[in-house]
Formats: sequence, C-alpha cells, structure tokens
Amino acid sequence: MNAKRLEAGQVIDGFTLEGPLDPGGMASFWRVSRAGTDIPMVMKIPLMRRGEDPITIVGFEVEQMILARLNGPHVPRFVAAGDFERPYIVMEYVAGRSVRTFLERVPLAPAEVADIGARIAFALHDLHRQHVIHLDLKPSNVILRDDGEAVLIDFGLSRHDQLPDLMAEEFDDPIGTGPYVSPEQVLRDRGDPRSDLFALGVILYFLATGERPFGEPMRGGEWRRRLWRDPVPPRRRNDKIPPWLQEIILRCLEVDPTERYATAAQLAFDLQHPEQVALTARASRLERDARLTVFMRWLRAPKRAPPRRRTLSGLLAGAPIVMAAIDLAPEASGLREALATAVRRVLATAPGARLACVNILKAPQVVIDTEVDAQGRSMHLQRLVALKHWARALAAADDRVTYHVIESNDPAAAIIDYARHTQIDHIVMGARGSSSMRRLLGSVSAKVVAEAPCTVTVVRLPAGETQPAS
Amino acid sequence: MSDIHGNREAFAACLEHAAQNGVDRYVFLGDFAGYGADPGWVIDTVMARVADGAVAVLGNHDAAALANKTAGMNDVAAAAIAWTHTQLDASQRDFIAALPLVVEEDDRLYVHASAFEPERWNYVTELYSASKSLMATQAHATFCGHTHVPALFHMSLTGKFASFVPVERVEIPLTPQRRWLAVLGSVGQPRDNDPAACYAVLDDARYALTYVRVPYDVESAAQKIVDAGLPTVLATRLFDGF
Repeated sequence: MNAKRLEAGQVIDGFTLEGPLDPGGMASFWRVSRAGTDIPMVMKIPLMRRGEDPITIVGFEVEQMILARLNGPHVPRFVAAGDFERPYIVMEYVAGRSVRTFLERVPLAPAEVADIGARIAFALHDLHRQHVIHLDLKPSNVILRDDGEAVLIDFGLSRHDQLPDLMAEEFDDPIGTGPYVSPEQVLRDRGDPRSDLFALGVILYFLATGERPFGEPMRGGEWRRRLWRDPVPPRRRNDKIPPWLQEIILRCLEVDPTERYATAAQLAFDLQHPEQVALTARASRLERDARLTVFMRWLRAPKRAPPRRRTLSGLLAGAPIVMAAIDLAPEASGLREALATAVRRVLATAPGARLACVNILKAPQVVIDTEVDAQGRSMHLQRLVALKHWARALAAADDRVTYHVIESNDPAAAIIDYARHTQIDHIVMGARGSSSMRRLLGSVSAKVVAEAPCTVTVVRLPAGETQPAS
Repeated sequence: MSDIHGNREAFAACLEHAAQNGVDRYVFLGDFAGYGADPGWVIDTVMARVADGAVAVLGNHDAAALANKTAGMNDVAAAAIAWTHTQLDASQRDFIAALPLVVEEDDRLYVHASAFEPERWNYVTELYSASKSLMATQAHATFCGHTHVPALFHMSLTGKFASFVPVERVEIPLTPQRRWLAVLGSVGQPRDNDPAACYAVLDDARYALTYVRVPYDVESAAQKIVDAGLPTVLATRLFDGF
C-alpha cells in the first residue's frame, strides 16, 4: 500500500478514508469510518519506502504488537491492524489538546505544570501496570482529552516487559528522542519504567521554565552528556518556581533511576500534594554542579547499564502507595495500636512503599462566622499533630510518610474518593467492634471494602479486647 | 506438545488443560517414548489423536526405541531405550515406523529437533543453531522441541536473529513481519528448573502463541519409573525439572 496514493473515499478492509490528518514523521494519518463502529477512528499508515530506515518498519511492528493489548482511558482504543502486505493500525481518534500546544505559552504557572504533570503521571502508571514502558514520552505524544485525562500515543519505540523487545534486537544504537531520552536508554537499557519519569521530568522542566534541560541534541553521541552534566536548576531560569516543584523536577531528572520516584503514582502523589513534598538539597539549588564534580562524574560515567534484576511488575509491587485510615477518637486507642502493627508489616515487605496517613474530620455544615472557622482550622491542625504522633511509632523515614486531614460527613465515601484520586494501592483501616453507633450508621470499613478500587486490609482487635463504644 | 517421554501423568494433565482451554487441534512434536514408564499408553493416545486429524512427527527417542539403537546416548538414556524397546507392541512399532520427520502445513513447519538437517537431531539452544534452522525453511513459524527448554527465536526482515524467554501464559503475537522459531519445552521431562509440564497453544486466527505450564502428579510418575526398574535419576529429576 503506497501511503502517497491514498485518497478520500477509498475503502481499505472495510474502513472508508474520510480525510487526511497532519502527517507524523514516519506515518500518514487518516480519519476513517466503518459501518457498525461509532467511535471516531484514525488509520495510521507507515511511510515505508524501499531503503527506508528500518526503525519505521520495526517500530510499526512493535506498535501493532503493543497497542493491541493495551486497555483503559489513557491509550487510544485499538480497533484493527492490517497484514504484512497492507500494514496499518486503526485506533480511536482521541479528541483533545496535544501537550505540544502548551509549549506556545511557556513558562506556565507552577500549579498548571503540576496539574498537567499529575495527569501524565497517572497515564504512565496505568501503562506501566499493563507491563509497557513508553520510552518515547514527549509533548507531542500526549493528548489531554476534553475531560482532562491524559492519553499516551505512539508506541513505536515502546517495550512490553513480557514480549520480545524487537527494537533492542534490531538496533545497536540507543533509541529515543534527543531532548527526552533517559540516561539508561542512552546506555541501551530499555527495561526501566523510570525512564518515562525522566522524560516526564524533561517535560515538566520545559513547561515550568520555557527551556529544555538538555537542549536539543540530535546525534546519539551528544546524548551521553546527560550522564554527567546536570541541568541548570529550574529556579535559576524562572524564580517563580517554588522549591517543591524544583524538588520534583530534579528528582525526575536524576541520572540514577533509583534516585528518581519509584513509580509514576508516587510522582503523581507529590504533584497533587505540593505542601507535603519532602524537600532536600535539590529544592534550593541555584547553580549547576562545579566543574570538578562534573569532571569526576564524566570519569566514572558507565559505558553500559548494569544488569537488570527486577521485572516491571516487581518494581511496581515493591513501591505501592499505602493509605492508613486512622480513627483518632479516644476510645479507639487499642485499635490504633493494632493498626500501627499492621501498617508496619506492610511497609516492611515493600521497601519502596509510601504511606499516606488519613483522618476524616466531620465538616461543619455551614461556616457561620470566623470564630467557628478558626475553630475548624485549629481542629484540623490538632488532627495533623495527632496523626504525626501516631506515625512516630512506625519509625518510617520522614520522606515516606505524608499526613492528610479530609473534611467530610461521609467517612467511607471520603476514603474511597481519596484512594481513587491518588491511586492508592492498599488501604489499611480499623473496624470497630459492635456498637450502637455502628448499628445505626453502618460500618465504614464494610463500605470501603465493598467499594474501594484497591486492596483493603481491615484490622480488628482480638475478641475480648473489643472496647465498648462510649 | 513435545517430548512427552512416556510420562502419562504429565501428558494427561496437559491434554485435560488443553481441552478446558478450547484447543481444537493437536500437534505432537516427537519423543513420545524414552525416560518415562508409560510409553505404550502415550503412543496409543497420540495414535488415537492422529486418527482424529492430529499431526505427529518422529523424535530421536522414538526412532531409537524402535530400532533398539542407543549409539551416541548416555547410559541412562540408553537404559531407558533398551527397556522401552521391550514395551512396544506391533501397532505402536508400526505407528512410529510411519512417522514423518517434518510436516509442513500452511505457513508452519513442525519438526522434533531442527529444520536444518532434521535427521541429525541438532539441538536448537541458542542464536547460532536457531539461525541455521530459520534459514533452512521458508515457513513463517517453525515449531520444535528436543531441548526440553522453552524458547522463542525470531528473524527480522533485515536478517537479525534474536531470542526470547517466553513468559508463561502471556500471548505472544507472531507478527507477519518476521519469521519465528518456537521451541516448546517438554511435557514429560522439563529441564528449565520448573517441574510443571510445558506445552504451547497457537491461536491460528490471530497468530498468537501462548506457552503454558501445567502442574501434574510428579510423585506418581516418578514412582512408576522406580517400579519399572529404570534409572532412579529419571525419577528424581522430575521433581526439580532439571
């Protein structure tokens, strides 16, 4: 099939070509329709000419392989693929805005950068959970749907953790897009989901400062420079960037993937909770590293990536976000201790885990005057103090634990909402013994167990230790 | 399914698993006999399936058991062959004698060892031996056994060879852009440190291959090997799959 000779009205395997869309670098795109299919669709046809770079051919094979097994709102829905004689992919046409269009008005405000970043991070986490690493994340490969959800496109350079990596077998040189490619990709390691977090760090840097952190290196040889040369700190370029955002961006851009966020969900969590970002020396830097430091890094820069020991799903399983829902009522002290024991066990098995300590504060229906409002704020603060006190017993590192007081009159709904919104992997909560309150209102834990989008552990006091409700 | 090697328990478990998972056609890649204690039952079962339209090809242990020739085999394998030779009846011997070395069907090729000089029983264990097999045929996909270790090799349009260790129960699309060589692993005597029986399912409508592991009653299979007076190591190795 010659992509150049296609015209509107032509029918290919039942798909009618409606009209051409903007061509990409390696393919042409057509809006297509088919009787019986009502979603808007696009056909991607590779531009294959004799003697063409085999990346086009293999990339298309890879995309056919991977897109067909991806699901969910963060990828275009796969519809059909052509055969060897007639290669094409038909997929959902995603209506929305390419993140590339945001580059026209950079630098963006920090809140907007964080918002876009969190949406992309959620999409990445969903992709990683489906065993796929994108490996070519860049603004033109992300579309924000009209409802705000990020959709990742173009899986030609991607890697499925459980399928043959056709790209790596075909090419000896590193593969990626110059400004966004991660250091480990430069070293030909295509198995780390945190490569996508590096690329997202480049996007965040670009959106927040208006500049690319590593410029636009075209040749592969120049890509290696990012192994030793650190970027100009974002706040140096734009003094409106707050320390927490610089902390997040520079953590994404760490050369060593183990120094970055463990998962895209943990990155999204920080982007959603700026006030809870644990600040390190990264946050306050205004200068790049001294020449001697850079020189030493250059000397020690590895020639190849270390061997990989963990699978993608193993990495994700080792770094969950755990939520402890804590009842701070005085009579629940025994239960709180039991809860701490259960949470300690969970954290011990997952060294990369983060813990969100959550308490639900019954909200006043209407704030009548400033005195009540002040009372509310002081109540909020008291609860935070109590949460921190509870978490001390866990002896977990400060940067692993965050504290959240949520105002709501429906504790179960608030817990479920929060878990969904922040991609919680595991909720640990207590169940109070029989009480008149519980009979009257129904059990919070039962509702959470029934409706939460993740694993829930319910902690009970051993029989006999049940405390009567006051 | 390949390399059943007289292991009735493993073979029966795989057949049951396949039936439950919608498999509607069977290809048996040889080495029905040798090592295990139930060569007769295994061959009878394969014969019945072949009568129903299944495909079977000859394995080196089948040929050796028929001729009672053990040249080139280690002592343990030779002892098993000598014993197996005494166990086969006339119809089983006739069946083996008539088995082809290679069967080609549509764009697929079935062979016990390598498509390159199949009568020499070359092992396909790494890129070099795989490349020889891939170059010896025009088939889009070749299926073989013999090594008892599951593996998947492929060759791109530009002639690059690569290998892959398949992940159990993950469907692998055998894309039309390249040629594939699937080494299935063994039903009756796995040697990749997983004692579960191994076979693979091809969805020929979507051209997707799935490697499957099926746990089976190793204790019974091992006990029968000991009771038959076969070398004990043939029983013990089943527990660890080495």
